[in-house]
Formats: sequence, C-alpha cells, structure tokens
Amino acid sequence: MKIFKDRLFKFFVIFFAFLTLLPLFSIIFMIFKNGISVVNLKFLISLPKPPGETGGGVLNGIIGTLLLVFFASLIAIPLGLLAGIFLYEYRDKKVGEVLTTFVDITQGIPSIVVGIISYLWIVKKMGHFSLISGSFALSLIFLPIIAKSTKETLKMIPIYIIEASLSLGISYPRTILKVVLPSSIGGILSGILLGISRISGETAPLLFTAFGNPFLNFNILKPVSSLPHLIFVYTLSPYDNWRKHAWGCSLILIIFVLMVSSFNKFLLKKWKIKF
Amino acid sequence: MSGTRLYKNAINIGGALIFGLLLSIFITLFVNSLPSIRKYGFDFITSSIWDPVFEKFGAFPFILGTILTSFISLIISIPFSLSVSLFVAEYYENTFFSKIFETLVDLLAGIPSVIYGLWGFFYVTPIVRNIQIKFSVPPTGVSILAASLILSIMIIPYASSIAKEVIKLVPIDLKEAGYSLGATRYEIIKNVIFPYAKSGIFAGILLSLGRALGETMAVTMVIGNSIQLPKNIFQPGNTIASIIANEFTEAVGELHLSALIELGLILFLITLIINLFANFIIKKQELGI
Amino acid sequence: MEDKILKIENFYAGYGNIEVLKDINIEIVKNKITAFMGPSGCGKTTLIRCINRMHELNKEAYHKGEIYLEGESIFSMEPVILRRKVGMVFQKPNPFPHLTIYENVLAGYIINGIKLKKEEKDRIVEENLKKVALWDEVKDKLYTRGTHLSGGQQQRLCIARTLALNPEILLLDEPTSSLDPKSTVEIEKLLEKLKENVTIIIVTHNISQASRIADYVAFIYLGELIEYGKAEKIFTSPENKITDEYLSGKFG
Repeated sequence: MKIFKDRLFKFFVIFFAFLTLLPLFSIIFMIFKNGISVVNLKFLISLPKPPGETGGGVLNGIIGTLLLVFFASLIAIPLGLLAGIFLYEYRDKKVGEVLTTFVDITQGIPSIVVGIISYLWIVKKMGHFSLISGSFALSLIFLPIIAKSTKETLKMIPIYIIEASLSLGISYPRTILKVVLPSSIGGILSGILLGISRISGETAPLLFTAFGNPFLNFNILKPVSSLPHLIFVYTLSPYDNWRKHAWGCSLILIIFVLMVSSFNKFLLKKWKIKF
Repeated sequence: MSGTRLYKNAINIGGALIFGLLLSIFITLFVNSLPSIRKYGFDFITSSIWDPVFEKFGAFPFILGTILTSFISLIISIPFSLSVSLFVAEYYENTFFSKIFETLVDLLAGIPSVIYGLWGFFYVTPIVRNIQIKFSVPPTGVSILAASLILSIMIIPYASSIAKEVIKLVPIDLKEAGYSLGATRYEIIKNVIFPYAKSGIFAGILLSLGRALGETMAVTMVIGNSIQLPKNIFQPGNTIASIIANEFTEAVGELHLSALIELGLILFLITLIINLFANFIIKKQELGI
Repeated sequence: MEDKILKIENFYAGYGNIEVLKDINIEIVKNKITAFMGPSGCGKTTLIRCINRMHELNKEAYHKGEIYLEGESIFSMEPVILRRKVGMVFQKPNPFPHLTIYENVLAGYIINGIKLKKEEKDRIVEENLKKVALWDEVKDKLYTRGTHLSGGQQQRLCIARTLALNPEILLLDEPTSSLDPKSTVEIEKLLEKLKENVTIIIVTHNISQASRIADYVAFIYLGELIEYGKAEKIFTSPENKITDEYLSGKFG
C-alpha cells in the first residue's frame, strides 16, 4: 500500500509537471503557426492600412517599442545603478534593509497602476499623450529591477578585491566605481537585459500614456505605438486582417523576448567563471 | 576627503530617490482618489452600481471579479506549481533534464501578458464556450472562468520558483534519516520536506497571488468586460485592473476618473500588503536557516 | 648603526572591546626582511594591517599609540597617501579580474587617473614584471586577463603591482601559505633580492620560511611582543622561554 501511494504520487507529480508545459507549447506553436504566414519584409517595414483593408504592416509598433525601451533605459539605468549602489553601501544598516523593501514593493506595483501614475504626473500636465510618458511609466518598472540586480551583483564581489584596491592607495569611491562596478558588469548587464525583456512586452502602462499611433513617430512629445499595444487593439478588433497582424506582432515580440533571454543566460554563464 | 563626501552624497540621492518615489506614488494615488473617497465613502466597496452617467460608483462587482479570478486561478495553479517544484528540486534534482524543464517553465513567466490574452481569446474561450453549453449557460466564452484559467497558467512559475528553492534547501541528512527508517519518497516529501519548506512554499503562493491580483491585459481580453455583478463564474465580469484599463481613457468627468484612481489605490494597497507579507516570510526563513 | 624606517611605539589595537595588541614597541630596520611570527590569533596580522591602516576598515577597530614612518606619524597622513608608500600583498593572490596583466601592474596609476605616456607605461610594466621574475613567462600574453595564471604567478603579479608604485615598505601577510612549494621558494628568493630597494615585513606562521629569509624576527604571543631581534640570535639562542618553545614546535 505504501509503495502504491508512493508510485501514484510520483505519477501525479510528473503528470502535472508535464501538463504545465502544454500551454507553453501551445502558445509558442500557435504564434508560429499563425504568425509565420503574416510576417514578411513588407510586414516589417510598412505602416498599417486603414481598418478593414488588407495588407499593411506594423512598422509603427516596431519603432515605437524600440523608442519606448530606449528612453525608458535612459531614465532607469543611471538612476537604477545609483539606487543599487546605495542599497549595496547600506546593506548592513537598517536604512538599507528598509529601502530594499521599498524597492521590492515598487517592483510589485501592478503595471496598470504604474500607468495611472505616469498619466497623472506627465500626461495630465502636458495635456496630451506622449512617447516620453510611456517611457517614464516603463522606467518605473525597469528601475527597481536594475537596482535589485545591481545590489545583488555588487554583494558578490569578494572583499579581497576591495582590499587589493585600497592597499594600492586607491580611495574607496574610486575602488567602487573603477574596480567593483566594472567587475560586476556581467551581472548588471544581466539585470538590464532582464528589464528590457520585461518592459518590451508591457501593455497596461502604455494604454493611457503612449496611447498608440497609426503613424511613425520619433517625437518624444507625441503619442507612439508599440507591438504589445497593437496586439491588444488588433485582437479585440472585428477586422480579420488586423487579427492576423496581432499574431504577426506576437511572433516578432516572442522572438525578441526569447533572443534577449537566451543571450542573458549565455552572459550569466560566461560571467560566472570569473571567480 | 571631498571625493568620499561627493560619493556619499551621490549615493544618498539614490536612497532618497527610492524613498521619495514610492512615497510620492502613494500620495498621488491617495490625493487623486479623495474626490471619490469623499463622495462615496465606504459604499464604494459595497455598492454594485457603476454608472458613469449618473455619477454613481460602486466597485463591488470589480472587487468580486478580482477576488474570484485571483483565488480560483491560485487554487488551480497550486498543484501545478508544487508538481513542477517537486519535479525539479526533488525527483530529478540536478539532472540535465530538470535544467531544461526549469528553463521552459521560466519561459512561461517571460511571455508577455498581452500574448496570453491573444492566445486565450482565440483558443481558451472556445473551450470555455463548450463548457458553458454543457452547463446550459449563455456561451459567451469570455467570462470569469476564462480569465481564471489563463491566470492560473500565468502564475504557475512564481510559486514554483520560490518553492523549488526552499525544497532544495532541505538538509540532506534529514531526508537520509527518513530513508534509513524505510520511508518512501512520498513519505519523505510529506513528512520531512513539506513541513520544512512550508513557509517558503506559502510565500511563493503569496507571490503568485500578488501577481494574479495585478494582472491586467490577459484578463481584460478574456473576461468579458461587464459592469454587472457576476452571479457565477460563467458570466462575464471585470477585475479592478481590467475596468481601469477599459474606462480610463474614456472617463466621463473628474469623479469618474477619481473613482478609477481610487480603484488603483485599492489595488496598490492590496498588492503592497501581500508582497510585504511574502517578503517577511522569506526573510524569516532566511534568518531561521 | 642601521637605519630605522618604521617605529611602532606603545601601540595597542583591537576590535570593539577585544584588545588584540598590547603595548607593542618595534623599530623596523630599513632594507631588511623582518618577520612577524607567532601562533594563530596572536595579533601579527592585526599588527601588519595597522601599518598601512587597513585595520581601521573594520567599523569596530580602534588603536592607541603611534606608528612613525620616516619620523612622520602615519595617522597624520591621508590613508591613500600612506598606502602608496606602504604596499601590501595578501595571502590569497588577488589580481583584478577585469584587468589584463599589463593593466594589473599599472593599476595603482590607471585606477587613480594618473595619465602616463605609452612608453612610460611599457617601461613600468616591463621593469616591475622583471623584478618579480615574471616578465619572460608573460611577455607574450600581457594583454590577457591575470586570472588565467597559476597561483604563484598571480602572487608575483600582485607583488609587481605593488612595487610599481615604488613603496618604501612592502608588507606581506602570509604570502605563500596558499601556494605550492615550488612557488613558495620562488617568492622567497624574490624577496631576498627585493630587500635591496624596499623594506620588507612579512607575517608568517611557517617557522622554516622565517629561518630561511628573515633578517629580523618579532615574536608575538597573545598580543604582546615577546622578543624582537636579529634572526640569527632568535633562532639559535632566544632569550625568552616562550619563544624557544614556539620555535622548537612545542606549540603553535
């Protein structure tokens, strides 16, 4: 009886574990199946056609996503690094513990709420939707990720590296900035890639900030489209052409996310050898 | 040394930023919710009448929708999360096989929410429609049930990644003691691993819950977006996140916007409490070991 | 009368409320090798770390008394300036992992933002790698990372890195205890050559190492300086009974 229970339990564990992979394979399969027929060069470099018409592309979404991520990085990376170094320096003090918790909480804020904040702080003040408000919203998600991963990476640098630097008559700030930080570049880069992969797929924060745009836009003060936003709008639209495009966008997005994730894993492996 | 002072000052700006950011987020939400809080008070949470035209805002249907979808998805996901974590951390620990498995499950967490929504809209809602037909309810497809099903898949990796870490930490000599007494693997899991890891597993479940509560896009795309109070899970509904997503850009007047922002504040506070609690448990676990 | 370069005077040091060093008085002779010896925990590492003010990096560290470098109190100098005059090599070789061998030797200059011409940099690298007998072994891979070298080679690289700043004193805290015998002998030979131009203070728990290379020995036990003098004398006829017992291996 004991043996039977044991075997049965193992069977259920393996069964449920593999069942978990089913939706994963279904999603990936469906995206490729439905998207591959849509994505071609024309799709990537054209703008959308008016609703109901066939053809057209998603260049506005591709460029929009790239711009949104770029400006979000511009805001989040320097500030995130600064915050991360703070958390590292004060890691043994109460202030450091409390503010690490603050960062954890900020990381957990639902992305729709992040959108509300950017709307109230920027869109409302400017009077219209814009690329910059969308990037700002994304940076609110990006910043805690960078701060956390910077702190954790810096913590991993052994004290004997710091001592070696100090013993050469190098001041402490220089030691952190020119020895510890460069030694941590792998881990920090990994945090950045993680963040990029995450924010490029976000939609909710952009609904009332970047808002969407059927045309190309490089002006940070004007609204801009993005791949996730197109997926959202196109899926719920009644137009067959647009629904097909939603799958095309998904294919592009998922390939991008997969590429960034694999590169990240490769980077982490390479960097771990150092010590 | 002025260099050190400059460094300290710059660093402290980073700290002030962290502090100021979270605080000002809270204050902004609160201040902009005040018009709604003042007008509707506690009724906001208990009333089910959501009428932008007559400016009556009762958010109970959405709170209910959030609670239903979160808890149903949580309950569905737990056996899967636990199985994945036991698979990877116990049965096939340290094998090449389990590393691949882990990578695949991580992939589930990396898929953007809107893609889950797309897939759910075209492939899960038809399944729900069939279920609805079998139960003789209107076959809308989009429903609380559909949203719960999609959510349950999305949150599996959160509980499983924490659970697998704590399961790996169970000391090997405790397990060996059990085996030497003739226990089966199942008994070891039940009587040694689970009691040891249970607070970590609980924290992981809380993390999954926090994720489920805040999830917007996938839910919005399959929940049906109804402002009526759902009577059962087969009906369409809304969550706090999805109603904000739907109505924010078309808010009719200041009060409507304030009501939506108040919903944002409620969501912010709920996820804050859950994440704090989960954090607290994880820290206790770390210190205890 | 030999030149004294460092004077440790009525020196106490410790952490929190634990006193590690009590009333130490030593005058280090210039251009000689002085060994600080004693059983584990006796305070010799704490003492050597006080000389380049690394001791005070610990938040609870305190000290009392004085240490004079060429007549000037080290506590009146900026630590950054002191540490360029008094270099340190650690037990575990610690070349900077993100820098090449070339850059490691120049680390004291590069990281401090001191600009040098290429010829000057090349000269410093070649000169110091030759001083530590590493030049021939690495001259073809100067631009690779230092972490690929063997333990002994890494340690010599660390010595070269410290020597590149032309310190007056070189402190070594058990520099060979993590190395194999062959590398240990190489480094000992190296130190004997180097002492012509730099004063060497070495902490070691290896009695035979001290007997091989030390000119002067300070024996420290339970935080107190038990005996200090010329190595020959201490090893052949120590004055203090404890010294004698330690050196003959009765404890430690």
